[in-house]
Amino acid sequence: MKVTVDEARCCGAGQCVLLAPEVFDQREDDGIVVLLEAEPAEHLHATVREAAAVCPASAIELSDAG
Amino acid sequence: MSQDHGKKTLSYPIPNDAPLEPPAEWARLRRQCPVARVELPSGDEASLLTRYDDVKQVLADPRFTRLLNADDAARLSADDSGGLFSSEMAQVIPDSGEGHQRWRRLVGKWFTAKRMAALRPVMEEMADQLIDDMVKLGRPADLKASLGFPLPVYVICDLLGVPAADRDRFAYWSDTMLNLTKFAKVEIDAAQAEFAQYMSEHVAAKREQPGEDLISELIRSADADGGGLSDVELLVTGIALLVAGHETTANMIGKMVGMLLADRTRWERLLADRSLVRTAVEESLRFDANSGFGLPRYLREETEVGGTVLPRGTTVICSMAAANRDESVFDGADEMDLSRSPNPHLSFGSGAHSCLGQALARTELQVVLEVLLRRLPTLELAVPVDELPKVDGLVVGGLREVPVRW
Repeated sequence: MKVTVDEARCCGAGQCVLLAPEVFDQREDDGIVVLLEAEPAEHLHATVREAAAVCPASAIELSDAG
Repeated sequence: MSQDHGKKTLSYPIPNDAPLEPPAEWARLRRQCPVARVELPSGDEASLLTRYDDVKQVLADPRFTRLLNADDAARLSADDSGGLFSSEMAQVIPDSGEGHQRWRRLVGKWFTAKRMAALRPVMEEMADQLIDDMVKLGRPADLKASLGFPLPVYVICDLLGVPAADRDRFAYWSDTMLNLTKFAKVEIDAAQAEFAQYMSEHVAAKREQPGEDLISELIRSADADGGGLSDVELLVTGIALLVAGHETTANMIGKMVGMLLADRTRWERLLADRSLVRTAVEESLRFDANSGFGLPRYLREETEVGGTVLPRGTTVICSMAAANRDESVFDGADEMDLSRSPNPHLSFGSGAHSCLGQALARTELQVVLEVLLRRLPTLELAVPVDELPKVDGLVVGGLREVPVRW
């Protein structure tokens, strides 16, 4: 799984950080998403998928790592 | 409108006596009339959206503005002011583009998931203390007055650096600002003038003697780079956060507990498996049929929604609560499923304007539920579900009281 985030769309809701703090964080100075792990380990895939599905700004994209 | 209503326009909010159930109209509107003409308490007309895809699209689309003060925008409330969304105050924070993003990021950074998670121990202690006091006074008790209202109020007052002792005044001022039909214009004007006076004195005091609170931090960041908030923006931001931090979560705590106890097998499932607290909170947010008015938007150009062309000047009402029951998105939408995942409900809105305080609200709701399950596992409603009294005449929906025993 490959994760990308769109900082311009991000509204800083923090859902992704609440769900998968191993993969997502928020910048201290404006609350915008920081991607910690672009290719998260297998056991995190379910929560990362959930984070993408519930992101209110649709700012998280997932693709197959190939 | 569909044939069975003939020429009669639907009244909005849709009358509904059931404290926790949605009006039957929602399912019919989603099916037959996804863009429905409705009459608001002011007498003005608007277009009501009830389908998930439409509501989600409109809330995230900048063509649907929040400029409800336009001359031809519908007024919402029965008083002459037109209500919260068309007030002068609502227009101080930029509606869109870079201006909005700047404001959003300046304030939003104080509400990140991490900062809210760091408040958990304080919230837990407060919840324990409030439950101690409630138990001391004996059963039955009103869970809203004892816990649901004071907890979020203490938290937001602490964040803003205003004394929680003034909470009754804040509650009254907030209620008047959220008026639909309950207050007259003269009461609202007086309350808003007092509220603005109070908050501008607070901002001035923090400028004089800064503390660790959010208002002081916002003043500091303004001084540091010159790109911060103006005095009037600070004033409106303070008022907006105090109102938002008050009403919504306080109401949601009461409704969440009400829904979980209305069918006690839900409560028992949580007692047996506390790991469900997170998804149970999200499902409570989705399942809340009584969330209030919804969000209005004003169209400055002709736009199509759900196959209907809306002319410029249309006021649209997004019913997130109706969208949250859309069967095409949520399997078993009329069932409360405490382990539902993912749960992309729209209770906090969607897109660039989605709720700034949602990490705070989520954390508060999770903490309250965890502490209640631990402290009062025998909790139950002290009145039949049908007798739970509803909040009336405000933009926000909720239960006035949640009588419980244990």
